[in-house]
Amino acid sequence: MRALLSHRLAGLAAIAAITVLLPPFFPSLYYYRVGALVFIFALAAVGLNLLMGFAGQVSLGHAGFLGIGGYAVAIAPTYLGLPSWTCIFGGALLSGLVAFLVGRPILRLKGHYLAVATLGFGVLVAIVLTNEAVWTGGPDGMSVPQLTLFTWRVRGSDTWYWIAAASFLLGATLALNLVDSPTGRALKAIHDSEVASSVLGVDVARQKLAIFVVSAVYASVAGSYLALFNGHITPDISGFLRSIELVAMVVLGGMGSVAGSLVGAAVLVVLPQILTALHDYEHMVLGLILMGFMIFLRQGIMPSLIAVVAGRRT
Amino acid sequence: MILEAERLSIAFGGVRAVDEVSLSVQPGLVFSIIGPNGAGKTTLLNLFSGLYAPMDGRVRLAGEDVTGLAPDWLARRGLSRTFQNLQIFFRMTALENVMVGRHRHEATGILSELLHLPLVDRQNRRTREAARAALARVGLETEADRPASALPYGALKRLEIARALASEPTVLLLDEPAAGCNPVETNELDGVIRSMVEDGVTVVLVEHDMRLVMNISDRIHVLANGRTLAEGTAAEVRSNSAVVEAYLGVGSQEAVHALG
Repeated sequence: MRALLSHRLAGLAAIAAITVLLPPFFPSLYYYRVGALVFIFALAAVGLNLLMGFAGQVSLGHAGFLGIGGYAVAIAPTYLGLPSWTCIFGGALLSGLVAFLVGRPILRLKGHYLAVATLGFGVLVAIVLTNEAVWTGGPDGMSVPQLTLFTWRVRGSDTWYWIAAASFLLGATLALNLVDSPTGRALKAIHDSEVASSVLGVDVARQKLAIFVVSAVYASVAGSYLALFNGHITPDISGFLRSIELVAMVVLGGMGSVAGSLVGAAVLVVLPQILTALHDYEHMVLGLILMGFMIFLRQGIMPSLIAVVAGRRT
Repeated sequence: MILEAERLSIAFGGVRAVDEVSLSVQPGLVFSIIGPNGAGKTTLLNLFSGLYAPMDGRVRLAGEDVTGLAPDWLARRGLSRTFQNLQIFFRMTALENVMVGRHRHEATGILSELLHLPLVDRQNRRTREAARAALARVGLETEADRPASALPYGALKRLEIARALASEPTVLLLDEPAAGCNPVETNELDGVIRSMVEDGVTVVLVEHDMRLVMNISDRIHVLANGRTLAEGTAAEVRSNSAVVEAYLGVGSQEAVHALG
């Protein structure tokens, strides 16, 4: 209880308050839908931020884990009759295991090599999901059975809004906990100097692997939610563009800022919805806006705003 | 012997940076390694701390063969070091830098950290206290909460020492700690090193400041072109004509003077 009142989680308390106060102003269920998507992507972005923002390791293949989580709640309930909620955990476990096996050799690489290797991983998952049509329905995808918790059938955008928001807040809490711990300090240290970290006793490869696994689990759970919420899934969930989108959310919101991941996700989910009014120019305007953000708020939205509020612009 | 090298060799592109160097460091002493630029001093420290694996020869730490073992493994067994070119965690405050030095004494698993169990709080508090104490030993306690990126060069040098001290090493390798320090700072450094030795830390010092080296060293090992030239006490090394010659390239009275 004391931990909840501490300064460390004060920002999350504010986010929680906004989450609860906002819905009465939603004119339609569609707004709940967009809100749910924001929180689901923010959950994946928080996990990726632990890897990128804190440990300084870029993954261009994180949508691969979205896909594993997503198809876990599609395939296992459909063909094996398993309850969907157990498949969220099963998918997370599988993603963690895959991340461990893939990460062991990859995380010895540094810089761009790591980015390219993870890119390869993401593409590989998308190809497997497309080709194994017997199980996955191929490029057209498959429908995802509705989530049922005991007798409660989870449906409706408003319900998912609350589930996604609660899950994001839980995920963000765990992330902030980790940042303020021996492992969190070791990860930040690795980001700045691997050599100095190692001579202080930090097992660099092991710490990177651990955070890669954790971030994969975040992405997997987000992928499961996305599939359950949409009721349908295609291999696009693991596509290269999805991976880039996750990276963009982290960078836009602010590397190393947990609240920033929510802001980044909100911008990248909401902006395209608004910009559909522009039809053909949608992508061009979206690109220009993102460029503008990165030119004027170079450290990402949250860190830049915090710096402005603190009165010491950098 | 707390740290031993036995016919240690490594070459880079055909250049033998360290060539069959053997030395033994007795516990509780200040053991200095000197030599002209390019003599292989830093390379030798990199071999000791596991950043390089030797092509030939052995390294022993407290009697145990540790040749080719990883830096973090050695660090967990009490070997720590600082760097000639600073390796500071610039995204952190001074205190956080030193807190990382406590890593090998921290024992919380990632699951308890994610859940922030009370033991993590206790660990953080212990780490913070030990880090503050280490900062105080190098006179940086007032800078604890400043970002490392805002500290001047001399303070960063001391910050690295505090960070290494926080790990409570048995052997501490210092790579040119006085480089860029003014005479006052060098004097303070002298005091810091002496207090470490009093605490039982064995110090291996690579340094160009001959006044500091001659004042503080129990033994001095002289390298030139990757090979051992001489070893002895300050007085012995100073009066060794081969050392004097190699050091300044010519045998002269000035050279003897330069060596203090």
